[in-house]
Amino acid sequence: MSMNELRGRSLFRWAWRQLTSMRTALMLLLLLGIASIPGSLFPQRSQNPMKVAAYFAKNPTLATWLDRIKIFDVYSSPWFSAIYLLLFISLIGCVLPRTIEHVKALGAKPPLTPKFLDRMEFPSTLEVDKELALDNAEQWLRSKHFRVRREAGSISAEKGYSRESGNLLFHLSLILILVGVGIGSLFGMKGEAIVSVGDRFINTPTSYDSLGFGKFQSENSLTSFSLIVTDFKAKYDLKTNAPSDYKLSVLAANPIGSKEIARTIKVNSPLTYGNTKIYLQANGYSPMVTIRDKSGKIAFQGATVFLPQDGNLTSTGAIKLPDMNPQMGFVATFIPTYDRNSKRGAFSTYPEVLDPRLLFSAWVGNLGLDSGQPQSVYRLNTTKMSRIALMQLQLHETYNFGEGSITFEGWKPWVNLQIVSDPGKFYSLYGAILAILGLLLSLFTRQRRIWVKVGEKVEIAGLAKNGTPGLEEELAALKKRLEGEK
Amino acid sequence: MVLFTLAFFSHAVEVAFSVKNDEAKTKFDFTRTDRFGRIGSAMMVLAVNFLFAGVIFRGISAHRVPWGNMYEFSITGALAFSGAYLFALAKYKIRWLGLPVAIAVLLTLGTAITILYRPSAPLVPALKSTWLAIHVSAAIISGGVFLLANCIAATYLILDRYETNSLPRPNWAKKLPSLEVLDQLSYRLVAFVFPLWTFAVIAGAIWAESAWGRYWGWDPKETWAFITWVAYAAYLHARVTIGWRGRKAAWLCLFAGSTFLFNYIYVNIWGTGRHTYSGL
Repeated sequence: MSMNELRGRSLFRWAWRQLTSMRTALMLLLLLGIASIPGSLFPQRSQNPMKVAAYFAKNPTLATWLDRIKIFDVYSSPWFSAIYLLLFISLIGCVLPRTIEHVKALGAKPPLTPKFLDRMEFPSTLEVDKELALDNAEQWLRSKHFRVRREAGSISAEKGYSRESGNLLFHLSLILILVGVGIGSLFGMKGEAIVSVGDRFINTPTSYDSLGFGKFQSENSLTSFSLIVTDFKAKYDLKTNAPSDYKLSVLAANPIGSKEIARTIKVNSPLTYGNTKIYLQANGYSPMVTIRDKSGKIAFQGATVFLPQDGNLTSTGAIKLPDMNPQMGFVATFIPTYDRNSKRGAFSTYPEVLDPRLLFSAWVGNLGLDSGQPQSVYRLNTTKMSRIALMQLQLHETYNFGEGSITFEGWKPWVNLQIVSDPGKFYSLYGAILAILGLLLSLFTRQRRIWVKVGEKVEIAGLAKNGTPGLEEELAALKKRLEGEK
Repeated sequence: MVLFTLAFFSHAVEVAFSVKNDEAKTKFDFTRTDRFGRIGSAMMVLAVNFLFAGVIFRGISAHRVPWGNMYEFSITGALAFSGAYLFALAKYKIRWLGLPVAIAVLLTLGTAITILYRPSAPLVPALKSTWLAIHVSAAIISGGVFLLANCIAATYLILDRYETNSLPRPNWAKKLPSLEVLDQLSYRLVAFVFPLWTFAVIAGAIWAESAWGRYWGWDPKETWAFITWVAYAAYLHARVTIGWRGRKAAWLCLFAGSTFLFNYIYVNIWGTGRHTYSGL
């Protein structure tokens, strides 16, 4: 082996020892805690992309800089990943050798009695029969489930090995939790889809509004199922307008094409197919309109999904008619229960549809759909358009705006389904349960040693790990026992 | 409504008793007689029972577990905190702590009744789960005990300063146990309740999986619960494996406790995540 090789090896060994030392592991743990703080203070793309966009609009320069250090994607950023990967390695390097050592120690006898017992905790000397003392002590210690090592003239006893067992179990379980998280992110999927009442959802990639897969997961692996949303009921509290219950009824087929079964999905009880779960996440309204062109031919008829803007489900959206000549678009607000005041204009006073209105402005010109830039379906790009009407419609009313007409026909509720597959979560769950068991075992077990030595006199002493209380009383009991047999 | 008024009445009584308790404590400390102290403790027991009844009545008046908004979290938290004090009192001579405990409870209840108060209302759909009772009760009890450990760590630091300057202890602290006992006590409270806090976080994760479709999403509340967990884990490691005692350990304990308070106050009121149930 050359010198360089040796130097390289010792450097690696040094680095490994540093990384797997307890101190480093602790520093990394604290660092992970600190590193997760910015994610709770700045909006995160993974949670609320709209807020991130708003932040960008408010502080463009600062936001660009913050974005470079991934402040808006803290939990998927390289630096955050680096910390937890190092912690993970450090933990393994720290815990595995200790586990091997502990398994060996479990089979081994307690260590030999030290030479000078007066250096240990609570040493005392007894005036008792030397012959009987060791026998009595051994009997007493064994009855208290100590591990006993008897040598000529001394006894070494130890109890509370499960403290270390629990400690190791806890840390190994943390690794299991992280493995579960890893499996989930590599083999999982997550998607969202808005489905109106009466519509069918088939679990294929094209049905989703947004869909993401883990690195080792592909589009072919989607669970085969389809749903028809038959009904959605939302109940609200009359005093506070807060929702009190959501109930979604579906006809579900698993796999696709099999017999459809009526199922119910609620907020805390998703529909489950193996690792795949279907959650009810949000709801809103799609107003239904009929739009006719100048000649009275129907240019558009149907429901358009609008996004709720407040707790009373005032909803906004856009209706785009790219096939009309010239192109047309509507920016509209759907109000389920209408009211108006001078300060706020028109607004909704209750989330259920009691007195609906459709407020809209009609625009003609170029929708800008072929500019190549992606456009939100909920907003109209009016830079190349001009407004030709501003109106408010009651149910079944029609308004003629010259270029054509619009009729407010009704509404449909929609639900936002979140479909998630996480094959790693059970590992994490078992890891979490074992972690708590390990924690309880290690925090509530007292580990201590007791020695009895027969020399010129009979000596006893002990040592409790971390100075946990109770050893003094235990030694006193042993003393009593030995003296009682005088 | 009637039941609710009763609940409110119990709080008022609780507050009154706490005030009396305060006075009793002060007299006790200056006259150094035992009697007022005992009366103070008895009142504390009574007050905690009234508070307990108050929380129960709130639950009855709302037809659900009383943990749906910040008013309810606060009164239950005050109950957990003062209850933990009484349990510790049964084992350790910490009656002197009655004064700061009573003040803290009074402040919490005062804020709860004046600022945080909301009439009882049904829960939003996401909260309708048996996990509410499990997750929130575990979190509130942990919080109460963590804060008590914090009070003791703070007392430790104050008295430690007197001792390092070789000054005699102030009057209110004359009957306190030694610094070592205080140090041990705050450690044992944390060690006792850390598994419960771990459980609270895990129960929350299980619930989040069934309500929100993921068990961990770095929601601000989750993040801060994690930070608190990390801070207390560091505290336990520092004590058990590195052997920190006394001043350093007490500071770390205070830091960990402050992350809990930050989570409770800041994230509940100004936070943006999905744990926005303060009702404010």
